[in-house]
Amino acid sequence: METPLIEFQNVTKRFGTKTVLERVNLKIYEGEVTTIIGLSGGGKSVLLKHIIGLLEPDEGTILFRGQPLREGKRHLAAFSPGEISYMFQDNALFDSMTIYDNVALPLVETTNLAKAEIRKRVMARLEQTELTEARYKFPSELSGGMQKRAALARALIMEPKIVLFDEPTSGQDPVRKNAILSMIAQYQRKFGFTAILVSHEIPDVYFISNRILALYDRKIVFQGTPEELEEFDHPFNDEVIRSLEGFQEELTGLYSRRRFKVLYHGQLKRTGYGEAYSVVIFTLDSPEAIVDKWGYDAEQEAVRRMGGFINKHLDAIGGFSTRYSANQFVTVLPYSDLDEANDILKKFIADFKEYGIQSLKAGGNGSVPANACIDFSVQAGLAQGQPFMKIETVIEAAMQQQKEIGRVTCSAKE
Amino acid sequence: MALFPKLQKSPGNRGIPDAVRLLLNPFALTGRATIDWIKSLGASAIFLLLAILGIFQPKQFPKIVQQLFYIGARSTLIIILVGLFTGMVLGLQSYYALVKFGAEGALGTLVALSLVRELGPVLTAIMITARAGSAITAEIGIQRISEQIDALDTMRINPLRYLISPRIAASVISFPILTALFDLIGIVGGYVSVVIVLGVTSNTYFYRVQSSLELKDITDGFIKSIVFALIVSTVCCFQGYFTHMRSDSHGAKAVGLSTTSAVVLSCVLILLSDYVVTSLLLV
Repeated sequence: METPLIEFQNVTKRFGTKTVLERVNLKIYEGEVTTIIGLSGGGKSVLLKHIIGLLEPDEGTILFRGQPLREGKRHLAAFSPGEISYMFQDNALFDSMTIYDNVALPLVETTNLAKAEIRKRVMARLEQTELTEARYKFPSELSGGMQKRAALARALIMEPKIVLFDEPTSGQDPVRKNAILSMIAQYQRKFGFTAILVSHEIPDVYFISNRILALYDRKIVFQGTPEELEEFDHPFNDEVIRSLEGFQEELTGLYSRRRFKVLYHGQLKRTGYGEAYSVVIFTLDSPEAIVDKWGYDAEQEAVRRMGGFINKHLDAIGGFSTRYSANQFVTVLPYSDLDEANDILKKFIADFKEYGIQSLKAGGNGSVPANACIDFSVQAGLAQGQPFMKIETVIEAAMQQQKEIGRVTCSAKE
Repeated sequence: MALFPKLQKSPGNRGIPDAVRLLLNPFALTGRATIDWIKSLGASAIFLLLAILGIFQPKQFPKIVQQLFYIGARSTLIIILVGLFTGMVLGLQSYYALVKFGAEGALGTLVALSLVRELGPVLTAIMITARAGSAITAEIGIQRISEQIDALDTMRINPLRYLISPRIAASVISFPILTALFDLIGIVGGYVSVVIVLGVTSNTYFYRVQSSLELKDITDGFIKSIVFALIVSTVCCFQGYFTHMRSDSHGAKAVGLSTTSAVVLSCVLILLSDYVVTSLLLV
């Protein structure tokens, strides 16, 4: 069995008479994105600070690769230099330093790299986080989103193996929020680090998380995948998830996956034996191309517009849709068999080719020159379901049927 | 009952009558305050020692130069102003005292010795405390409450080495230099009031200054200024660094109170240590 990268064994933390963590047990595995969710003030940040050694447990043990971490300053000695980094909830940028100096600080102070090499690395990171223009500004001169990106750039400058993110999206609008999450996910794939997030952005974090840890009433009550969490029968689901997760996803305005499932099961009850329904899946392919050319905000704006377009066209005819993954959308057409759904999809595609793809492009390019070379496509697939079938099976079948319904190419033609 | 919440919570105090507790309470409070004070003193000493060790680490030179600019160079103007007027008023007051005994010829001696031995180091230290010491506490305090110091820890940058050592080194370098400047300008200030305003001859004034000052006076003044530099920088940095540990307030208010504490404590300790160092140097 795989040894967890980090393991908490009966960790208890008290502040005065208040117990914040009580006999917490958890496991975090290497190379995964693990998100700790829970209500505000529930001890999530406290838990994260124990991992990096900013706080020490009153009781219990924290293991790193199976070995107990030592107390106090010696805690950090368990990690090799640059192995672990931390992105603070309020960024903790040095307000008397420029963004460039903030990002360069760990390299300047903890390595013996030449100035030119440091400059090269910092500029590369600033470019990736779209901060090149702001490099000589002070943190107070930047927007909240830019400060977050600067903190992210600083957290990643040493190319750490483990990155702890404390509420990386707090105070951001839906597009920015998803842009930051997308950035974390993309960097995690690119650099292969272990990401540990603290967040209550549900369901947005599900799209990038391999594992979810649920902190409830001072204890970890759930450890598993986002899909397993949906089936988790516990007061946490009623009191926390439902209070944090709205009926609609904030970015796209589509139904949350939970609400989508409720609607789906409700629909099945009303559907008679032998009556069919259809499922359409849409995939924005590939969002990385949009990121490369137009940045993370543009990618999320394209996702937002795509969701809006689907909702506008298919909700009106009785369909209900959800964001299925970071770049996929699923719509159930409850009263349509395959032939009827095909007709609906054809009309949708015609409309999408005429207006939708342009809308995505317009949303994406923003202030970018119109002649920017970019290549991305939108695919759609259709499948018919029966009342006795699992929704996942029908979606899988629809995925197999996907074909391109629109494309933006370098020559800006579909 | 609310008067003794802590005593009541302690299991060791169970069964002690309230009247006895009332009698013991002042002693307990004094004892606790003394223990806290000794703890703080010990913590400050360790803090200073670790910071001094940090001065001799690599990559410290640019940071020390930067702090020399903030603590030293930027205090120059205020030191010149205070030194000039201190010398002027000292000359003026001394003239009216000495003229009664026909000893106005000794004005140069009085001004020079007062400035070099006492007023120079003490007033320089107090002025730097007011100008730079308060800024140090506020800056470090804000860095503490905004988690910037925690951020240094997570980046494996020793906050003591990065933030405190350069300030202590810069203080130790700049205090004696600014004291020398204060002394010089003070003597010039004395010249202005004694020679230009009151008409004592220039030769008499400068002859007395020159003949009465010995190297020991100057080195003693420098020793004092170095002691004050260590006290002021340690107190101001310590108060800022541990702003988050204050039990009487949090956040911005804690920074304000830490700054006040740093200035008041520094000034008291400057005067207290002045007496102690003077006694030792005169032995």
